[in-house]
Amino acid sequence: MVTDLLVLQSAAELFPNGVSRYAVGGLLVGLGAVVIYLGTGIPAGASTFLESTLSYVSDQSRFQQYVASRDWRVVFTVGIILGAALFAATVQSGVITTSLYEPGTTGQLYEVAGVTLWLTDVQPWRLFFGGILVGIGTRVGKGCTSGHGVCGVGSASKTSIVGVVTFILVAIGTAQLVAALGVSP
Amino acid sequence: MADRHPLFKPLILVGGLIFGFGLGFSHMARPEVVLNFLQFEDLGLVFVMFGAAIVSGIAFAVMPRIRDTAPLTGDRYERRLKPFDKNVVIGGAIFGVGWGLSGICPGAAYASLGIGNVTILWALAGMFVGAYAQGVWRSRTTDAAATAPADD
Repeated sequence: MVTDLLVLQSAAELFPNGVSRYAVGGLLVGLGAVVIYLGTGIPAGASTFLESTLSYVSDQSRFQQYVASRDWRVVFTVGIILGAALFAATVQSGVITTSLYEPGTTGQLYEVAGVTLWLTDVQPWRLFFGGILVGIGTRVGKGCTSGHGVCGVGSASKTSIVGVVTFILVAIGTAQLVAALGVSP
Repeated sequence: MADRHPLFKPLILVGGLIFGFGLGFSHMARPEVVLNFLQFEDLGLVFVMFGAAIVSGIAFAVMPRIRDTAPLTGDRYERRLKPFDKNVVIGGAIFGVGWGLSGICPGAAYASLGIGNVTILWALAGMFVGAYAQGVWRSRTTDAAATAPADD
């Protein structure tokens, strides 16, 4: 009984917001990738959109290889934005309530036309400079958290597993260092 | 490419909708929640990544046994493994520094815009700058290699 209590206590510390919102959200992310794969045979990733979209405005040879896929990648990204907006208009706004969803306390909520929206407190310079490195790294490293992390790990690709282990370990070190330097949020 | 199946783009849109809804529901569209994972304050992200990988993994394993080709493209269901080289580690490490600094990755950034986080435009602008910079640099090195003498 004592060990049961300890297990429960450490679970509460490791998962202060429970696990259901993460597990349900992750299943939906996987389901979205599966729907596309079933219909098209394409294991979709989110980051190729960055380069394929640049091919509309730049004739650099590196981007031209994505001309054939650039239109559907725009559709995929628009779908992701609209899907998240649908989440905001329903679950985040409290129109649909479920015990599987833990709203949490991060960031700032605000309302537009009855829809509850959300703003980050993370400072813009972190987003911008972090974004630059994400943009370089994901393209040099052949994938991001969806291409490597979801589709690559899902197909047991050794390349993707090495990529995921690398970026998670480096990200943990970076985030801990930035926090230790007193940068927050 | 011009004569794709008429349902090709609608299906991509539906897949994107589910994918984006999931990123919102799981709070991956919130940089704070990703940073909390990286600082070991809330390990929930593990359930998102592995939950999604298991679901997609089942489809990747099962579909090639059920049918040969996808209905909307005629493409074969097959593992498309990316070749391993040192770029996977170098790029992964650069991505890791960026992800650890900002708490945001490409798919989650698109979803973050969808939940109303206009501040994430800083990260999206950064991602395009970074993708453009590596594209210009790699276009130059590849073009230079292509025009170099064959006996080099």
